Parts: sequence; structure tokens; C-alpha cells
Amino acid sequence: MISSTIGIWNYWIVFCLMMIGLFLVIGRKNLLKKIVGLAIFQTSVFLLYITFGKIKGGTPPILNESIDTIYSNPLPHVLILTAIVVGVATTALGLSLVLRINSEYGSIEEDDVSAQDLVDYHDDIETGKNFDLKFKK
Amino acid sequence: MIDILIKNLPIIVVLCPLMMSLFVVLIPNIFFSWALTTLSTFLTFLFSILLYQEIQIHSHISYALGKWMPPIGIEYIIDKVAIIPIIIISGISFLATIFAYKIMPEEIEKKSISKVYSLWLLAIAGLLGLVTTGDAFNLFVFLEISSLASVALVAMGAHQDKQALVAAYNYLIIGAVGATLYVIGVGLLYGVTGTLNMADLTNRIADLNNNRALIAGFGFMIVGIMVKAAVFPLHIWLPRAYAYAPSAVSVLLAATATKASLYILARILFSIFENSENLINNTLLFVILPLSLLAMFAGTIMAIYEKDIKRLLAHSSVAQIGYITLAFAIGTKASIAAGFIHMFNHAIIKGGLFIAITSIGFYIKRRVTINNLSGLGREMPITFFCFVLCSLSLAGLPLTAGFISKLYLIKASISSDGIWLAILILISSALSVVYLWKIIEVMWMREGKKIVKKENPAIYISLIIITFLNIYFGLDASLVVNGSFEAADKLIGDLK
Repeated sequence: MISSTIGIWNYWIVFCLMMIGLFLVIGRKNLLKKIVGLAIFQTSVFLLYITFGKIKGGTPPILNESIDTIYSNPLPHVLILTAIVVGVATTALGLSLVLRINSEYGSIEEDDVSAQDLVDYHDDIETGKNFDLKFKK
Repeated sequence: MIDILIKNLPIIVVLCPLMMSLFVVLIPNIFFSWALTTLSTFLTFLFSILLYQEIQIHSHISYALGKWMPPIGIEYIIDKVAIIPIIIISGISFLATIFAYKIMPEEIEKKSISKVYSLWLLAIAGLLGLVTTGDAFNLFVFLEISSLASVALVAMGAHQDKQALVAAYNYLIIGAVGATLYVIGVGLLYGVTGTLNMADLTNRIADLNNNRALIAGFGFMIVGIMVKAAVFPLHIWLPRAYAYAPSAVSVLLAATATKASLYILARILFSIFENSENLINNTLLFVILPLSLLAMFAGTIMAIYEKDIKRLLAHSSVAQIGYITLAFAIGTKASIAAGFIHMFNHAIIKGGLFIAITSIGFYIKRRVTINNLSGLGREMPITFFCFVLCSLSLAGLPLTAGFISKLYLIKASISSDGIWLAILILISSALSVVYLWKIIEVMWMREGKKIVKKENPAIYISLIIITFLNIYFGLDASLVVNGSFEAADKLIGDLK
């Protein structure tokens, strides 16, 4: 029981990181902290892929003369290189959006921002003051 | 020369906008950057027409990227299913680019126009790559290319209204979580099958009955894609993103972005997991069917109470996506064909409605709310006329494209699950008349200030083309209907 639990140690770490990341994205009201949570969430997935690729006793995948060599799978690493690039792009875009939001709204707290939005939205609706116009006979 | 072109068409369709986006960003002149964008979207459309002709001959084109043979290398698959979203995306993006000519410089700072066009092409390339690729991980990369580019495009609306920033932020966060969920699913599938090629996955999944990692992977993939496709409870990002994006971007996104993801959803459900029937049937019955019914009504009701017209149309998009997923959920050949028919028709309908509404916004120079529209029908007869025709098409009146999709949807639902689904569809369509009539009434019946002097041909040309398509495919739908039935045939074969 214990050995099997420790044997999948990596998956526990992945699981914890994933939940921490997702909780930050959903639970935090600070826009910057959401981005950090997203980065943690994505990183946990990278770890998941790397764990798939590892084989106990496997060597790096370099062609070896002896027949019974066990190779680790290199493909997940390559995939994750791509995913890291995507993750960096996402984080960069998110951070630049937070920067712009801060300069436009003067706050990066979700409550402040959505309160201002709500006011703006109702203003938009009310400024078109055409309620009084009659139907044409 | 032409042989090489034909042989490499699957990749050229994706590469054309992708490579052009690199050149467009270097051109500082507004007109020339637009001209190059138009040229590349036109070429993409041309190539996809060529591809369509190729498909009629070969019916299945597999392209090994860089001559690395599948399943080891990345494979691009074009078949009768994939060609439908390819035509939709390339065609609508061409029309939207024409529409962007006058309206883009009004809404965005002059200095960033060429960058916007570059992002525009990137988004199109991402969407096209999404539907052509036959590799599960490559799909994720294209998913992110298209969604990051669209987020940046939505954020460009901040020049007019700062709420675009928050809309883009929400789109980014929700979209990125969705894409990451998809990657987790692909990872789990890769863990149990050892392959990423979709065709290969299909074969290997057949040997793994009810493997738990497989089911978990399926769940993650489906939820991830449903976020991107804005299926009902996961649609929160959509109304704001469409409402605050620059006009031309709203048109592009509303008509194309969710269609690609819906196609991927169909692909996962009916192609990759075709051998685990139990799993798919349960998912369709207990997840997708109820959610689509909810989407149909929730989207329509939210649209009825909405006063901001762009948001109203976005809520109506949620309802229309509900129709498409409902068609998939019924799961017979006729209903899946109906789903593809509606996918095509909804692209031209919603594209037309968004073009009409955003060009009204261009003339009145303020947000288009229900109260701002008074009397505009008389001042802008062409735009109004096209808007009414597209609205009729959305409501599903005979002689319009919308009628064809509703007809086939209702026929399919009656022949499979009985009458109650058909009744629900009819009620929901009838409700959609409420919000459309609200707009038409205000535009035509009320008196307003004179604002608009003359309609600009550069703006209404694409509206007229798209309205014509709405009528044309209502009168002679054989092209779309046959294509969709062939696609459904290809997807679920002779099983049902």
C-alpha cells in the first residue's frame, strides 16, 4: 500500500500542483495572481508528461550497441518544449493585459474592475435616451 | 508546378496566412497592409476551393508533414468532414477582411493597424491548422495560436472601450485553462496508447476497453474543447469577447472561431473514440444533450433581455451552438449531417448579422444599444434590408439558409428520439423571433435623429455578398446538404 503510494510520488506532486493552480485561477480575485495560478497549472501538466516519459532503469535515448538496453521515451520532452513556449506566450500576453487593465482602471482587483464595468455598461444603455419617442402613426 | 501545388495543398492552406502574417507586420502603410491581407485570405480561399475539388476526386487526402510518415510524423488529414470548416473559415475570413478595409482604421490606432492585420492572419492560420491537422498534440499548438491571436485582437478594442481589456483577459484565462485540460487529456491518452496520431489512436483505443485513464483522458479532452467551443455552461467568455472586440474582429470570431472547435468536438466524439461506443453514447445522452437543450433556451432568453446589440447577438450564438451540439448529441447520421449544415449556415447568418450591426455602429459612432437604433432602418435601407434578411434566416423562415438547417435538424430529431426534441427546437426558434423583432421594430417603426448621410459601398459590399449567400443556400441547398451528409457518412460510417 505504502510502497505503491510512494511509487507514484510524481503523480501526487502533479495532482497537488494542478489543484493549487486551478484553485488560484478560480478563487483569487487579484488578476495578477490568476496568471500565476495559470502558470502553476500549466507547469503541473509539463511534469505529468515528463513522468510518462521516464522508464525505471531506462537510459537516455541514444543508440546503444547492446541489445537489451531500455530507453526512456524522448517524445514527451519534445512535446513539453513546445508546451513551455505556448505557456510562456500565454503568461506574457496575460501579464501585458494586466498591465493595461491597471493603467485603464487603476486597479487589478477583479471586484473593482467589474464594479466599474457595470457602471459603464448601464451608462451605455441609458445614454441612448430614446425611450420617449412615439411610434409613427 | 501546378502538380506540386496540388500535392502540397493541405499544408499550403495553413502556411499561406501564417507566412503572410510575417510580411504584413512589416508594412507600415494602412492600405497596403490591408491589400496584402486581402490577397492572402483570397489565396487561402482559392486554395481551399481547389482542395474541395481534390476531395471530390480522392475523398481522403493524407499529407505527411516533412515526409515523416504517420504515425511517427505529423499527419495532415483532409477529408469530406474537414473540408466543411475549411471552406467556412477561409470564405468568411475573406469576406471579413473586405469588410475590415474601412472600419478597421476608424477603430484602431493608425500605427498598430499592420500588427492587427498580422494577428488577424495568425488567427486564421491557427483555425485552419486546427481543422487540418491529424495529430492530437499539433492540434493543441494550433488551438493556442488561434486563441492567443484572437485574445490580442479582442484586446485591440480597448482603443474604443476599456472593457475590451477585461473581456480579452477573461477569454485568455478561460481559454488557457480549457487548452490545458485538453493537453492533460492528450497526455493521458498518450500514456495508455503511446501514440498521438488520431487515426492510430482510434485503432489502439479499440483494444483498451474501459481503461480508466482512457475515460479520464476522454473527459479532459471533451471539457477542454467544450470551453473553446463555448458549449453552454462554459460560454462565459464569449458574449463579452464578441461585444467589445473591434467590429471586424467580432465578425471574424463570431463566424469562425467556435466552428473549428465544434468540428474538433465532432471529431473526438465520432472519429477518435468511435470504438468505445458505450462511453460515447453515455456522454451524448447525459452530458451533451442536456447541455445543448439548456444552451438553446438560456442563450435565447439572455438575448431577449439584453440591450446591447453585439452582446445580444453573442448570446444568440450560444443558443445556436446549442443547436449544433444537440444535433451531434442525437447521434444518428441524419442529425450529424444537420449539425454540419447548421454549422455552415450559422457562419453565414451570424457573419451577416454582425456585419450589419457593426456597420451601424460605424455610422452612429457609439455603442449599438437598442435605444440608439431608432429610425435607422429608414436612413440605412441597404444595411437594414440585409439585416432583416439575415434575421429571417436566423429565425428559420422558408427560402433562407436558416430554414434548411432547422428543417433537417427537426427531421433528424423526429426520426430518432421522438417528437419532444422537435417541439423544443421549434419553441426556441420562436423565442429567437422575439429578440430579432425587438431590433427590427426599433429600427423601422420609431422615429430618430438624422445621423447617417449616405451608406458607404466599401462597407456594405461584404454584407450584400453574405446576405446573397443566405438566400442562395436557402433556395438551393444541395451543395451544403450533400457535403454534410457525406461528412456524416464519413464520420460514423454505416454503424447507425
